[in-house]
Amino acid sequence: MSLKQNLHNLKEKYKGTKMAPAFNAIHTFLYLPNEVTHGGTHIKAADDLKRTMNIVIMALIPCLIFGMFNAGYQHYAAIERAQGITSEFSLLGSFLTWDNLWIGIIKVLPLVIVSYGVGLLVEFIFAVIKGHEVEEGYLVTGMLVPLIVPVDTPLWMLAVAVVFGVVIGKEVFGGTGMNILNPALTIRAFLFFAYPTWMSGDKVWVYDAVERTGTPDAISGETILGSYAQNQEVIYSTWDKFMGFIPGSVGETSTFLILLGAAFLIFTKIGSWRIILSTFIGAAVMGLIFNGVVNADIITESSKFYGLMNTVWWEHLMIGGLAFGAVYMATDPVTASQTNKGKWIYGFLIGFLSIMIRVFNPAYPEGVFLAILLMNVFAPTIDHYVVQGNVKKRRKRLKAKTA
Amino acid sequence: MSKDIRIKKGLDIKLVGIADKTTTNIIQSSIYAVKPEDFHGIIPKLTAKEGAEVNAGEALFHSKSDERILFPSPVSGKVVEVVRGARRKVLAIKISADATQTFKDFGAKDANKMVADEVKNHLLAAGCWPFIKQRPYDVVANPNQAPKAIFVSAYASAPLAPDLDYTLAGKETQLQAAIDAVSKLTEGKVHVSVGANTNSPLSNLKGIELHKVSGPHPSGNVGTQIAKIDPINKGEVVWVITPQDLVVIGELLLTGKLNLTRTIALTGSQFKNPQYVTAIAGATIADLTKENLDNNNTRIISGNVLSGKEVKEDGFLGYYDNQITAIPEGDDYEFFGWNKPIFNKISASRALTFSWLTPNKKFDLNTNTNGEHRAFVVTGAYEQVFPLDIYPMQLLKAFMYKDLDEMEALGGYEVAPEDFALTEFICVSKQPHQKIIREGLDLMREELG
Repeated sequence: MSLKQNLHNLKEKYKGTKMAPAFNAIHTFLYLPNEVTHGGTHIKAADDLKRTMNIVIMALIPCLIFGMFNAGYQHYAAIERAQGITSEFSLLGSFLTWDNLWIGIIKVLPLVIVSYGVGLLVEFIFAVIKGHEVEEGYLVTGMLVPLIVPVDTPLWMLAVAVVFGVVIGKEVFGGTGMNILNPALTIRAFLFFAYPTWMSGDKVWVYDAVERTGTPDAISGETILGSYAQNQEVIYSTWDKFMGFIPGSVGETSTFLILLGAAFLIFTKIGSWRIILSTFIGAAVMGLIFNGVVNADIITESSKFYGLMNTVWWEHLMIGGLAFGAVYMATDPVTASQTNKGKWIYGFLIGFLSIMIRVFNPAYPEGVFLAILLMNVFAPTIDHYVVQGNVKKRRKRLKAKTA
Repeated sequence: MSKDIRIKKGLDIKLVGIADKTTTNIIQSSIYAVKPEDFHGIIPKLTAKEGAEVNAGEALFHSKSDERILFPSPVSGKVVEVVRGARRKVLAIKISADATQTFKDFGAKDANKMVADEVKNHLLAAGCWPFIKQRPYDVVANPNQAPKAIFVSAYASAPLAPDLDYTLAGKETQLQAAIDAVSKLTEGKVHVSVGANTNSPLSNLKGIELHKVSGPHPSGNVGTQIAKIDPINKGEVVWVITPQDLVVIGELLLTGKLNLTRTIALTGSQFKNPQYVTAIAGATIADLTKENLDNNNTRIISGNVLSGKEVKEDGFLGYYDNQITAIPEGDDYEFFGWNKPIFNKISASRALTFSWLTPNKKFDLNTNTNGEHRAFVVTGAYEQVFPLDIYPMQLLKAFMYKDLDEMEALGGYEVAPEDFALTEFICVSKQPHQKIIREGLDLMREELG
């Protein structure tokens, strides 16, 4: 008997039992189910939620691979800097090397495995307890999480955060589609607030920097935002920042690959171009305002805000997690605004607030995840007012008729 | 203001099996059936008992809430069986047809010489009232209400829909007679919509407001046209009649006989020769599809693939339907069907689905759901196929949690289940939109009247 037939028999056998959702999750991963339509439309479009989620994962893969190489590259680059060696950068010679990839494999891959393993386990347990099918939401969350944490995050910390994020961020609301906060960002926020000393500072962004602190081999892992916040000179060129050869969370550094991912998401009609575009616009506007403030000499070099405020507005779009947040996090359809008009407002405010938090919070100079979480909370409110506009139009029409 | 309706949002679903423009006369079936479930919201009160002899046009049952609304027998013959379901609900009334048909005579009338009440009473008495449906709620019209307008859509945009210009050709006199009559029933206008580039038999009628429609499905849905021409407000009622039913009304006025014969399109990939046949409402499906249907794992649908009803071969043609569709069942697994590139199915996205490359290709879709039921996740997709000025997802959710105030405020009066057929088709979460809307409308009707 074929695999197909065997699995079908098993499905029939488990039907109605507690373990059915767990089995079906694996079964439907291999085979599109044999369900047919009943009532309603007799035909259905080709897309299902698995396909939608899969597209997002595909858009994330380049960032992940880049992040693995970059983990190694930043590690060796920091050592060389500490030893005072300067070497010429070349893509094949110093970036896409086996040594770099090896660091990626031992540092980044475990993050991915822990994130998926722990998260899916929680999802399966909840599906079995509540007797619903395993929803696909975590497929994307599980991929996002390793990309938005510092490379040196301990695995146990990640595991604790994932459990917290999935349970509190999603399952208590009723699972995929019902949550208010983006689960991946909930995980990130938990890490940030539960282990603040670990998650910020200038060490965790480069592999091994923490271990070497205080030894003669000490290396620095300062991110660009950190340097700006301390009014230091930044050693990276614009090209480096755009291509992503800079320290930062695993997957967020390469603006170039993120924009490629954005293009793919928009082309496949999975990601909302309205949110992506308006987030960048919002960030640019806030950046311009700050630039204007500096030019008007309201804030001078003595101010602790000067470094980040003086950063040229378009540079704000490339550094930190703004691009990654705009493309992959803000666009999560469940937690974003659901109306098209609302998406413009939602995205714009995310960009605007991101830069504002970034500038005014030099202790931890990254505001993107806080801005998105904040706007997640306000998204239903934005939608409410947009929908009320439609309701008012209808009421007006009625009034015009009766008057 | 231009009277043309042009819509951009929507989706034309192009399928294999468009009906050839040839019509075969089908010999009369031996058994016909009237199914009360075709008339949503009507509780039948039987007047013809088992064994009774009826003429064509004679009432079989009337509505429990209004005994003036009669539901006629499509043929003359003997009531052989009343099929009942759970709690003795009447499922179907089967009539064995006489070899030669006798019609109950209602007398020829000239609508121009009648007043509104006479027209109304005549249509009620002759069993033509069920042809008049109302919005809101998409049910048989309440004869006590006055509609602000009457809408007729003579443009069919649904998948594989019969070409109304072909099926109604030569029926101008009947259509005109019917329009003369029903236009008495409203103070407002009778809006008739035809395709932009057609010579519909309805385009030269008198006493109507003609609209030319263009754009993808659901441009032909009467709900779309109402929304564009004269949207329904709270407290208002519009009536809706299909052009094929107008022909029946017209013939009744001209000849005094209720003749439910109409041209039916046999469509879909499971027909060897998709074409047109003539048949009487309620005919046995097997007689219409004889020697034409490949009935091997086939879904037979009375109506179109979006809002039709599933029937078996020994079932019966729906009372309102002018189309039978047969497509393959999709009860098979597909290896990695959720992530491999898809070329042979329609999709509104481009998520490794490539139907956007071949906009004119005709697809052979089956009944597979292409995925499991999920909570609403994706946003912004429904809006692209939904031309009404309504937030579809918000309305669906309001209908699901049954908040009557919201259902009303978000446009519940303006929609019918068929308006949500396309959103249901493209729904990534495979939610039953039409069912949600139908149940919500029933609740609104019960609570708000």
